[in-house]
Amino acid sequence: MTEPKKLRVATCSLAGCFGCHMSLLDIDEKLFDLLKVVEFDRSPITDIKTCGPCDIGIVEGGVCNAENVHVLKEFRKNCKVLVAMGACAITGGIPALRNNVDLWDCFQEVYHYGIGLENGQIPNDPELPLPFDKVHPINEVVRIDYFLPGCPPSADAIWQFLTDLAAGREPKLDYEMLHYD
Amino acid sequence: MVILTMDKTFILDGKTIPFEEGETIMEAASAAGVYIPHLCHHPEFKPHGSCKLCTVSIGGRLGASCTNKAAAGMVVESETEALNADRRALTQMLFVEGNHICPSCEKSGNCQLQAVAYHLDMLTPHFTHFYPARDIDASHPDVLLERNRCILCELCVRASRDVDGKNVFGIGGRGIKSRLIVNSASGRLADTNLSVTDRAVEVCPTGAILRKRHGFTVPIGRRLYDHHDIAEVPVAGMKEPRSS
Ligand code: SF4
Ligand code: SF4
Ligand code: FES
Repeated sequence: MTEPKKLRVATCSLAGCFGCHMSLLDIDEKLFDLLKVVEFDRSPITDIKTCGPCDIGIVEGGVCNAENVHVLKEFRKNCKVLVAMGACAITGGIPALRNNVDLWDCFQEVYHYGIGLENGQIPNDPELPLPFDKVHPINEVVRIDYFLPGCPPSADAIWQFLTDLAAGREPKLDYEMLHYD
Repeated sequence: MVILTMDKTFILDGKTIPFEEGETIMEAASAAGVYIPHLCHHPEFKPHGSCKLCTVSIGGRLGASCTNKAAAGMVVESETEALNADRRALTQMLFVEGNHICPSCEKSGNCQLQAVAYHLDMLTPHFTHFYPARDIDASHPDVLLERNRCILCELCVRASRDVDGKNVFGIGGRGIKSRLIVNSASGRLADTNLSVTDRAVEVCPTGAILRKRHGFTVPIGRRLYDHHDIAEVPVAGMKEPRSS
């Protein structure tokens, strides 16, 4: 008996809160069904650090710094189908609330004036990725094939979306699964 | 084939719609229980014709259904793939023109802009975001003005002027620089006679005018459009469908 070839899936979180990944884990016992048809490449679930050739790439979060762009381009290069998952990947989301605040003012607020801070310092280690003055949705940087909105998308929506995609169907969300919040 | 039965009716997507003299296509359609997507239209106020979401094909020519009068025998198309694609693009433009971060918006789930986007199956705002810099006016004790979410439908302008008799709001600037302004010497909401019970406060279709301290009295997940398409949710003030 030969098992059908599994779909290889990579996931990452850029300027997001990992909420979408939590929602992905929220599909609970159906994860076992999912693992019958997919295997994970680079993902916080596997801890693999670079993305190899994949069928599907799922990106949570927008781009807020140079490293985000690097990872996003790696995903686009390696994934046949690239999915923007969640409000941040699709619109910039909550991190984009800072888009009309001066970056330096943001840093001051977070590291100098924030409640409970004493002798705050703005981190400047050369290893830290350079932040952008604005947060952008990922489709403003690379081509995106599918959008899965929600903050986060519900486990049901993710399940519906992934099973559609795995079965070669055009993903379709029912009314109740389509949410921007 | 038509003329005989055509008196005071027109055809909308193949359906015969009765109308009364002077009614717009939008009014006659909603009286017949047929939804045409719209944002700047509200049954209680004079048509504004600015959002163009309600555009239909009237005998092959495009026109706003909220401003065009119904006429006997006209053939109107609304639910076509092409028109809905245009509506989706218009809605996407409204999203990127402002700062619509629904997860942080008190109106989410009750917002007509969002609901129309759901109705049109909009999965992404698609266009490049403008992220415009817009002012918030929190000066009023009971009302918040969040210009980031204003779509310039002028419903508050019409309601304040025509119903409340106060003329609190107006639109200033032109084109992409248009913005909602407050008619007081300081430009602040606190320096007007706006009251939280004004029609202008209630009528805003988006999260741009909000009653303070009421943001989450109804939790997300139990709001107007969370489970029902806007086409199925009657708008307050909309006439009951004519029974016939
Ligand atoms: S006004 Fe509507 S579309 Fe805009 S952020 Fe609020 S809920 Fe979203
Ligand atoms: S504040 Fe609300 S009602 Fe007034 S123009 Fe803006 S969106 Fe329309
Ligand atoms: S609803 Fe007709 S133009 Fe806005």
